[in-house]
Order: sequence, then structure tokens, then C-alpha cells
Amino acid sequence: MGKILLPFFFVAGVFPGCSMSLSPEQIERLARLARVALTPQEGDAVRRKLNRVLDLIDRMRAVDTTGVEPMSHAVEVPAGQRLRADAVTETDRHAEFQAAAPAVERGLYLVPKVIE
Amino acid sequence: MIDSSLSELSEALARGSVSGVELTQLCLDRIARLNGALNAFITVDPERSLREAREADARRAAGRAGPLTGIPIAHKDIYCTRGMLTTCGSRMLGNFVSPYDAHVVERFAAAGCVLLGKTNMDEFAMGSSNETSYFGPVRNPWDLARVPGGSSGGSAAAVAARMAPAATGTDTGGSIRQPAAFTGICGLKPTYGTVSRYGMVAFASSLDQGGPMARGAEDLALLMNVMAGHDARDSTSLERAPEDYSRELNSPLAGLRIGLPREYFGEGCAPEVLSRVREAIAWFESRGARLVELELPNSALALPVYYVLAPAEASSNLSRFDGVRYGHRAREYRDLAELYSRTRAEGFGAEVKRRILIGTYVLSHGYYDAYYLQAQRVRRLIARDFSEAFARCDLLMGPIAPTTAFALGENVDDPVRMYLNDIFTIPASLAGLPALSIPCGFDGAGLPVGVQLIGPHFTESRLLGAAHRYQQETDWHRRVPPQAPL
Repeated sequence: MGKILLPFFFVAGVFPGCSMSLSPEQIERLARLARVALTPQEGDAVRRKLNRVLDLIDRMRAVDTTGVEPMSHAVEVPAGQRLRADAVTETDRHAEFQAAAPAVERGLYLVPKVIE
Repeated sequence: MIDSSLSELSEALARGSVSGVELTQLCLDRIARLNGALNAFITVDPERSLREAREADARRAAGRAGPLTGIPIAHKDIYCTRGMLTTCGSRMLGNFVSPYDAHVVERFAAAGCVLLGKTNMDEFAMGSSNETSYFGPVRNPWDLARVPGGSSGGSAAAVAARMAPAATGTDTGGSIRQPAAFTGICGLKPTYGTVSRYGMVAFASSLDQGGPMARGAEDLALLMNVMAGHDARDSTSLERAPEDYSRELNSPLAGLRIGLPREYFGEGCAPEVLSRVREAIAWFESRGARLVELELPNSALALPVYYVLAPAEASSNLSRFDGVRYGHRAREYRDLAELYSRTRAEGFGAEVKRRILIGTYVLSHGYYDAYYLQAQRVRRLIARDFSEAFARCDLLMGPIAPTTAFALGENVDDPVRMYLNDIFTIPASLAGLPALSIPCGFDGAGLPVGVQLIGPHFTESRLLGAAHRYQQETDWHRRVPPQAPL
């Protein structure tokens, strides 16, 4: 079986989307916002691959969507998303739930001190 | 026995010609023999499986058996299972034992199915090859040097290799259908909202949908009868009357209008794949179906739209992995910020981090309208194309993926090349439509090809019926992979 041929819409110029390229500083900022530490070596590879993906997604930016309502769910229910009654339905299982936690003491999750 | 379909096994159990324990032991033996080469399972617990099988047999003896009581089933490791590891293919959840069962897991347990184990998958379901799993890649039983597809690649390989008669999967952009096609089995992505997402680790919540994987379309109907249904704990679970998904298995094909979207038959697809798909379509035409050529003009935009929406939703969903409440925690950190960022750096693999960063970018201040809202608007255009198409036909047919199974490592260096695998599956995902993958032949290298059937919302039984008619007269779905001989 041969390699994937690029589909017709990947031919340059079909989509006039303005290409955005992320700088190392922008990647660093995104990593900080997302709370994912990146090493400098990782950062470079991540930047190259992210820019490939951004080139791909830029192709939908130029589409004229004037007057089109955003579609936020795959099957839209006329009544909107269902809300449950504001009532307690769960029993207290905190010991069982906290059994999966990395560090717990007296029913509390342990984290490093935030305020001195 | 190991080669029997789910429907045949159901009959054998009812006749008493096999017990749940015997069947479970056969599957466990098969897993013990083949899993070393295929890596389809992350967790197997034979004692638990055999205990459940004994309970199922007792239930049958007491006259309380359903059609699937005593049938062993494998769950994708994205479904939470109480008392058994649920890793989602990630180091982040490498030690996670869920305190509750997913709705789907509950349903199969209530039906008397035996939990065989948890199947390998791309990390957090992000991938099309199973190569992003922290637990190593799954190998394709048709050729061990090739991928089984993803993200439900472990489930697909397990069913293809006859380690399990059925398995669950999840499909966000093609994760049930593409691995089904790559391994020569059947997989159904139901209408969004049909199967509860409760206890299914979230990737992209507006798209994620659980579904069944098995060797025949008739089997999928039996599985849907168990796994579909309303669940108040998932706010997007639809409130509909229960239906029998096998009710249209014997509907005639004469007069069925099959739409052929021009965009699915272009140069983006390997010629051998298109030939097999066209042959399957010709079979339907020879049985009285009518072919309707049509267009889905915005489907070319589905891939870029998906790679805005799915990462955006993922970056939000995966913010819960903080090293505090469950899952991995970094060993060394100086403060809370470092606890988070090191935990997430260690716990997530490269593809997951990439998608979190893309999602963070498209949702960030100043870009939200240009990316996220624009993608949601284009999503509506794509969904409208389908509505217009279904005014002229009863279902659509086309390829599942542009190629057959590719070699391990072939697409790992370029994420966009990997993403192209899903160009034919993503449009139906964005529109929330039911879509089915069934085997329709092989390429010159002996690798399976899948044909896709897409229907309007809630037409699963129509798709399964058409597929079943095809499978009554063809045997592509019964072929045995050479690397997993009987």
C-alpha cells in the first residue's frame, strides 16, 4: 500500500488562511498556562510540530460564517442540556475516593504550603 | 468455538453446549498465548473473570439469563472499572483504580457478561495508531509490523485475534471505525448521546461516544441492546424509548438509496481502498439499492475544525489531572505550581501535551473567536451538508481511512500526516451521526479494507441491517488473521 496522497484541499492556495507561527516565547507561555513543564530541547520539537498543526487549523479561519450560529453539541436537544434537581443523591464515600490520592491526611488532600 | 460470532455463542450458551466458564477459559488461554506478541490487553485478571463466569452460569441455571449472559467481553481501558486498573493508556493513570464502574461497564455486568480485561489504547484516546500508549504499541494481527489503528486499537486487535468475541471502544473522531477497518472487524459509533459517557474518561466531550466492536454487524446489534440507553448521570445522554437494534437486520435492500459523497472518492484515498469500497457498493446495487451521487462541500474543513474543537475540549477536560486527587504525582517539586507542572510533564506523553497546548492556544484571550467560535460555526456548516444529503438518500457509503494499516513508526514524526487518517471519519463525528465500519476485502498485501456506512441520527438499526445483509453473502468478516491462527 502506497503513502497517503495529499487530498485536493491540502494543495497550497486553496485556503487563503493567514499562517500563524508560534515563537519560543509563546510556547513557553502556553506551557505555563497549561501547567506542563517543558525542557528546552522538548520546546523546540513541540514548537515545530505545533506549527504544523496550526497551519492545518488555519485553513478554516477564512470561511465565511456570517450569520451561522456556533454548534456546541453534536445532537442538539431543543430543551437544552438537562439539569438535575439540586438534591443530595450521593452517599459519603470520601475514604474510598481518597484511597486513589497520592497524599492524604485526616481526610484532607496534602499539597505544598501555598501561603506562608 | 473461539471462531464463533457473538450471536452463535449466545445460542450455544442458551442450548447448553458450552458454559460461560468454558468460554471464558478459552478466551483467557488465547490471551495468554497471543498477548505477548499483540499487546492488546493492559490488564487481565483471570480469577475475577472466572468468578464472574461462574456467577453467569449460576444465573443461567436459575433461569435468569439474558442473551449475553456468560459472554466474555473486553473493555477499552478508558471505561472505569471498580476494583481494576483504569489507565487510559497513560502514565498519569498508571496506578488508578476507580472507585466506581462506568455506565457501560454496569450495563454489561447487569446483562451477565464476563469482564475479560482492559484493552490497550492511544493515550487518553488521542491517536490513530495506538503508538501513543504509555504501555507500548498494539500490533496488528494481520501483520505484526503494522499498527492496528487507534485509538481503540487494543479492542480491535483483541476481537480480530479471537481473544474476545466482543469489545467496547470509544470514538471521538474515528477511534472505533478506523481500527475496526485496519483489523478486519466491525465497529459502530452510535449517534452522539445514545451511550452514556458516565465513567468514560473524557477527551472531547461534545464528540466522545462509546460503541461496540465485534466480528459481525448482527453482533453489534446485540451489544447495542445492552450498552445504549438513557443515564441521568451524563447530562448529554438522550432520553429516548429503548429500541431493539436488531429489528432491521432482515430488512430488504431493494429501493435503499445509498449516497456517495464525491469528496470521499477523490485522490486523498489509496486506489486499492477505493476499489474494494466500490466493489462493496456495487454489491448493494446488485441487490436493488439505488446509488445517488452527491456532495458534502464542507467536509474538507472537518479536519481543521476537529483539531480546534477536540484539543480545546481536551485541554479543559485534562486540567483535572493535577497530581492531587488521583493518578501520578511528581516526586520532586518546590511549590504547588511546580507540583502541577512536573506531574503533568511526567504523566502525559508528547501527543497529549501537544493537544493540551493547542487547546490552550485556541481558547486563550484574543484567539477564542477566531478559532473556537469559528470552528463551532463551520461545524454547523458541515452538519448541514449531511442534513441536505439525507434528504436525497437513506445512508451514505465511502471509505473509512485513506489507506490500509500502515507500518509502526511510519507516521509518528508528523502529527498532521497521522491526523489525515481520520479525514473520512471526522465529518460524521462532528455531525453526531451514527457510522459503521465493516470489512469489504483486502489490499494486495493482504491487509483488510473497511467500508463506512453513515446514517441520519438514530438510524443505527438501518446501518446494521444493510451490513448484515452484506455479511450474509460475503465472508470478509470471517477471515482469520495469519498472526493469530485458530
